[in-house]
Order: sequence, then structure tokens, then C-alpha cells
Amino acid sequence: MIKVQKLSKHFGKVKAVDEISFEVKEHENLILLGTSGCGKTTTLKMINRLIEPSAGNIFIDSKNIFEQSPETLRRGIGYVLQNNGLFPHYTVAENIAIVPQLLKWDKKRTEKRVAELLEKLHLTKDYLNVYPNELSGGQQQRIGLARALVADPAVLLMDEPFGALDNVTRSKIHAEFKALDELKRKTIIMVTHDVQEAFELGDHICLMDQGKIIQDGTPADLLFNPKNSFVKEFLQEQKLQLEFKAIKLNQLSRPLKGEAEKGVGQKVNNISADVSFWSVLEHFKFDGVDELNVIDKENNETWSANFEELMSAFYQYKKQQFHE
Amino acid sequence: MNEQQQTLWEFMQQQSDKLLTQTLQHIGLTFVSLFIAVLIGLPLGIFITRKKNFSGPVLGIASILQTVPSIALLGFMIPLLGIGAKPAIVALLLYALLPIIRNTYTGITGVDAAVKEAATAMGMSKWQILFKVELPLAMPVIFAGIRTATVITVGVATLASYIAAGGLGEFIFGGISLNNTNMILAGAIPAALLAIIFDFLLSRLHKLNIKKLRTVTIDLPLLLLVLSSLYFIPSAYGTKLKAGFTPEFMGRQDGNLGLISKYGLKIQTLVINDAVMYKAAYEKQLDVISGYSTDGRLKAYDLVVLDDDKKIFPPYYAAPIVRENSLKKFALLEKILNLLAGKINDSTMTALNYKTDYLHQSPERVAKDFLVANKLWKPARNGNDGIVRIGSKIFGEQYILASIYSMLIKGYTNYDTSTKTGLGGTKICFDALTNDQIDFYPEYTGTGLLAILQPSPKTIDSLTHSKDETYNYVQKEFEKKYKIKWLKPIGFNNAYALMMRKKQAKGLNIKTISNLKRYLDR
Ligand SMILES: Nc1ncnc2c1ncn2[C@@H]1O[C@H](COP(=O)(O)OP(=O)(O)OP(=O)(O)O)[C@@H](O)[C@H]1O
Ligand SMILES: [Mg+2]
Repeated sequence: MIKVQKLSKHFGKVKAVDEISFEVKEHENLILLGTSGCGKTTTLKMINRLIEPSAGNIFIDSKNIFEQSPETLRRGIGYVLQNNGLFPHYTVAENIAIVPQLLKWDKKRTEKRVAELLEKLHLTKDYLNVYPNELSGGQQQRIGLARALVADPAVLLMDEPFGALDNVTRSKIHAEFKALDELKRKTIIMVTHDVQEAFELGDHICLMDQGKIIQDGTPADLLFNPKNSFVKEFLQEQKLQLEFKAIKLNQLSRPLKGEAEKGVGQKVNNISADVSFWSVLEHFKFDGVDELNVIDKENNETWSANFEELMSAFYQYKKQQFHE
Repeated sequence: MNEQQQTLWEFMQQQSDKLLTQTLQHIGLTFVSLFIAVLIGLPLGIFITRKKNFSGPVLGIASILQTVPSIALLGFMIPLLGIGAKPAIVALLLYALLPIIRNTYTGITGVDAAVKEAATAMGMSKWQILFKVELPLAMPVIFAGIRTATVITVGVATLASYIAAGGLGEFIFGGISLNNTNMILAGAIPAALLAIIFDFLLSRLHKLNIKKLRTVTIDLPLLLLVLSSLYFIPSAYGTKLKAGFTPEFMGRQDGNLGLISKYGLKIQTLVINDAVMYKAAYEKQLDVISGYSTDGRLKAYDLVVLDDDKKIFPPYYAAPIVRENSLKKFALLEKILNLLAGKINDSTMTALNYKTDYLHQSPERVAKDFLVANKLWKPARNGNDGIVRIGSKIFGEQYILASIYSMLIKGYTNYDTSTKTGLGGTKICFDALTNDQIDFYPEYTGTGLLAILQPSPKTIDSLTHSKDETYNYVQKEFEKKYKIKWLKPIGFNNAYALMMRKKQAKGLNIKTISNLKRYLDR
């Protein structure tokens, strides 16, 4: 879907981005991860031509983006800014309707779409005629997201969209983000310097340093097959938590069924097999369940396990990874 | 106080027609200028946000324009645009430009970069960003600039009357030169009120919320246009020739009022400041002007004085006036001062004034050259027999006369001199004389009569047609009242006069004011 080839950007002598190449498949969520100043924002802005590259090519849907007018290109790409960039002189409704207005949608269609998005983002209609400065940071961020999504672009670029939020709000928005069906249809490139966020939301992570991509792979790849010591050290600090996030249930071998039988009064939740081990822990911790029913749609089977069984499966998987 | 207010009120009622016209002219003038200033300043302000290289020079030039004294700026305009509305509007808009350009620039550059980036990223074109994002967000700052510009313009617009563009300045400056407080206030109070009202109204706009501001942004140009249309050039009647008179001349019996009543002169008249009037005549913007018959500019601009054949302008013959005590103390003084009697006629005085005012020669040099040429000059003697104190009013002609007298005294006697030049106007100079601060100074018969003695109008009327009767009267009265002696007249008459370009007067064969009237009536 998006193909970046030998892309470079030099600001005078500073090589902000240095010959990077990567690819994002349709409906995939790519994370650009790295420390401050490593060139993430510059990379992202070259994709919607807010910054013109010094060298290299970018293709979206196999079309060279430099052969289109920048305005047309941008209207087909959603963009969420780090500090939201909402228009202070527009109401929430008007802010969301900017791109439809540019695309000359009729009024009814715009209104319907705005209402639909507000609902999906859990904001009531009361907010429609409110100005951005009357909203909380989290609400503003959601409006920023709605604005980017409104014309249903195939591609979404997000620059540290949750950077300014506190931890509690951020994990709440993460959850909403993952649940939003609209986003599942999109090809997303998201910038962050937060490793946890990268592991939680990314299908695929490019770890950058000084304008170069150090490693490009799935969260598990980075964690269990670090290319060099930089990658290893970058992930070292919160390793266990990351492992929980990197490993998905369907990667585990099915645990052996233990002695415990389903007793009366036991609480059982259903869970999809493509979630991370982290969500499993959340179910045990916050919902107080005794056992989980794992529904594996891909292989068309269902199995169940309790906390101890799942934990031992997790450690077994880890052991395998390191032996390989 | 109460009486004063009453009379002001009466004055305003009596002059309500004029007051209304002037106020409307003032508002119109302000808003025409403002409207054009916005039309120029706003795009220019936007331009320099795009081409930052130009921002320094553009803002710099606008700032410099604002420091140019208004009267000088108006003066520069005359050769380019003549007199009247055009140069006034251009000068006013130049003053209004800086706050508008500057605030547009700071307003737009102050728009949050993230908001602009968001607009770009959503696919807005440059123009869409300008009109939908930058201008609306910069609007409060731009309004503040327009507000400042309005207040400046209302103030400076009073000066428009200097170059015959009308407005409340006519009352203000007329009142100042006629020493008529009511007239000053009748102009100054409405001008101040206008500034306060416009400032208040615009500050209200400023506080409106963003939504309403959008409609205002559309309505404001319309409003400006309507207010601008209030300005029209009052041309009650057009005549073959055009006159420009100073506000002072306009209001005096021995000025324009006399021209109308005694000569029946009917001429299209503009009110204009003395500083630019001569030049305007030279530039053929005006044909007839009021002036002083010995003014150096008469020569500089090649003008000719029309003969006042019905003698409506009182004679202003110059003569030294001396304390009688001083004449006793300095026995030789009277004889020495009379050396100059009859030596300087109108055109000689005009030429001397021309040398100081236009060639910028020092009064001392002009005085010495004059004495040498007339074989009166002698080198200074020892100066041991006491000091004669010479006074002079604060203008060139008096400086020259004071210098001449000083040189004569030093050359012909053993007295020394001290000159107290620049004693302000008549009142200060005369008070200095009566209080024994100076021994003598050159005074004019008309001033002695009208400003110092101030007899009844009837007496004045009976005297002023004759130069000798006026001289005899002031001589007698000064002696009686103040123990001050008028010595022999120097010769020239620095009176009010109507003047025209030499060439035109000759071409039309106009030599006297009656000639002028006949020509106009033909
Ligand atoms: N307009 C610019 N002019 C000059 N240098 C720039 C410009 N923009 C970015 N840089 C430099 O390029 C490098 C990469 O900047 P970039 O904004 O892409 O970093 P980033 O990875 O997004 O960092 P952060 O996490 O702090 O946002 C930095 O060294 C920065 O100083
Ligand atoms: Mg960045």
C-alpha cells in the first residue's frame, strides 16, 4: 500500500532522515519509534508532502505521490498532529467538517457523517457547537482524530497522537482506538517515542536512530530477535511488560488442560485469540475471572484455560524464542 | 465659567451650519483615508508575511513616514497633488498605514504554526489558508491596528484645513489665530468626541466573539464606504479664480469680511495654512492669497501685491518705539534711530526677508550688507557709555531690524547694546518695554492701534484708511498712556495684502483689488 524508497531529508548538514526504506501493507498499523530528534516527524511529513524530501521516492497504491498535486494528495490522507492543531475559531462540528467542505460535500451528508463520528468517539451531540478551548485535552485529541477520519481516507498519519495525555486517559483512548472499526480499514503510520504504546498498537515497528531505521519488524521480532545492542537496550527497561504485549494468544501452544474443573460460581469470559497476552492479564486482574474461553476464529476452534495454565504456556513460548 | 459655557453654546448654535459641514467633512476625510489605508495596508501586511525579506524595509518605511511632521508631509504633497482633498487624504492614509501593516503582519505571523500545519495537511490551498485560517485568527489584532489608525487619523485630520481640505481644523486653527476660545473649542471638542466615540465603537467590535466578528468583517468595509461618502468638497460656487485665505484672515473685519462688505468681492475661497499658502499659489493651485506685504516669500515665489485701493487693510508702518526715560538717559539715541527713517520701503524689506528666510543668511550679515550698501555702516566704537537694550519679536524681519539698530548704535555712539530677540508676540514685547526690561523695539502702527490701544470700532474705522492719521493717533496715545515715543517710520508697510502670481496678474491686467473684483464679475 505505502512504499518508501531510499528517502532522505537534509537540513543543511543535518541528515534528519538518511536513506530509509520501508513498506506498509494495507490495513496495517506501522509505528515509527525512536528517541527525540531521530527523524520520525520528518519522515511522516514527507508522506503527505508537508516536507519535500531531498531524495527518494514514495508510492501510495503504486502511485508516485510526487506526481500528484499536494492538495489532492493531502485530502486523501488523514493527518493527526501531536498538539491536535484544531482551528480555535471553528466549532467542533465545523472543525470536523473542514475536509468535507473542501471536497464540496452537500450539507446533509456532512452532518450525518459528523454525527456518526461523534457517536463512535463517545462524544455527545452537545459538543457540536462548542469551541475547542472549552474541551479537555483528551476530547480535543478525539476531535482531531474525527477530523482526520471524516472523509474516510485510506491512509492515516498520526504524529504522537496521544503524547500529551496522562497515563489513565491514554490507556482509555488506546482501548477505544483498538476497538474502532473505522481504523481497522485503514493503513496507518503512527509516530511515537513510547515503547509501550508502540507494542500495544503496532502490527509492525520501525525503530529509528539518527535518521536511519535500525530494525523493522513485528513487536515480537524486535523483542526476541534484536538486530543489535541498540535495539536490545532500547527495549530493556520494560522488557516483561513488552513481552506481555508482544505475544498474542494464538502464538502460544495450547496449554495442557489441568485438574481444575469448571466449578459452580466460577466466572468465565470469552476472549478472541488474536489479542495480546497483556489483555489476558487485564481480564484476570480487573474483571476477576477464573477462566477464559479463547475463541480462535482462524483455526475455527475454542479452548479454555485458567491463569496458571496460561502463564506456563507464556513462559514456555518465551523459552522457545530464546532457544531458536 | 458659566458665562463662558453659555457663549460657547451660543457660538455653536450660531455656527451650527458650519459646524455640521466641518464635522461631516472630518468624519468623511477620516474614513476615506482609513478605507484606502486598509485597502493598501492589509494586502501589504499579508505580502510581507509571505516574503519576509520585505518585512524590514516595508515596516521601516512606514515607521519613518509616521515620524515626518504632519505639516511637512502636507507641504511635500502640494507639488505632487496640489491642495485640497487629494493631498490631505494621501497624507492621512500614510499616517494610518503603519499600525495597519504592522498589526496585520504580527497578527498573521502570530497564528499558531500547528493550526496552519493542520490546514495545509488537510489539503487547503494557500488562499484557503489565508482566508479561512490566518485572517480570521489574526482579525482581533488587525482590528486593534485599525482602531489605532482611526484615532491617529481623526487627530491628524484637523491639519487637513492647512491645505484647504476642510474639517474641524478650520475652527481650531481659525480660533487660535483669532484668539477666539469659543471657536477653538467648537472645533476641538467635536474632534475629541469623534476620537473617543470611534475608539469606543471599535473597542466594542474588538470584544465581540469570533462568530459575530465574521459578519462584522463583511459589514465593516461597507460601513467605511458609507462614512467615507460623507466627505465632499464644499464648492458653494466656482469662480474664474480661486482664493486661499488663512483662518485668521477669514474671520477678521480687516480681512475677508471687509473684502466682502467693502469691495463686494465674490471669489471661491479655501481655508489654508500660512505655511503652505504661498507655495500653493506658486504651484498654481490658488490664484489669490492673503499674506503680508513684506514677506520674503513674495519674492521667492514671484508674487505681486494688489493695491488696496479702498483702504480696508489698516496700515502697519514700522517704527521704533522707545521709553521716554531711555531717550533722556541716552541722549544720542533718537538721532541714531532716526537714521533709518524712510530708508526701507516694502520691496527692500521683502528682499531682506527673502535673504534670511530663503537664502538662510544670518540677520547680522543681512543687516551689515544693507548698511554697507546704503553707506551707513561704521565699525563699532568702544561702547563705554552704558548699554542700550533692544527688543524684537520672534520673526525674521524683527531680527534684521534689531541687528541694524544695534550696528548703528555701536558705530555712531559710545553706547554698547544688548539684544533681546525672540520676545514672543506683541504682548510679551510690549510688557517688556513698559516694565523697563528693554529700551525700545520696532512696532507696527496697526498693531499699536488694534492690539495695544484697542479703541472703539468707530475710532478705528475713522483712522485706518489713512497711514498718517493712524500714526499720529498711536503716537499721541502712547505718549499719554505709557510715556512711550513713536520715532519716525522706517518706511515699509507690513500690512495684510492680497497677492497673485506676477505673470497672471499682468496677463489679466489686475493691479488693484477693484480690478480683481471687476475681472471676477465680468
Ligand atoms: N525545519 C528544520 N530545519 C532544520 N533542522 C530540522 C528541521 N526540522 C527538523 N530538523 C532536525 O531534524 C532532526 C529530526 O527532526 P524530527 O522533527 O524529525 O525529529 P523527531 O524524531 O520527530 O523528534 P521528536 O520526538 O522530538 O518529535 C532533528 O535533529 C531536528 O533538529
Ligand atoms: Mg516529532
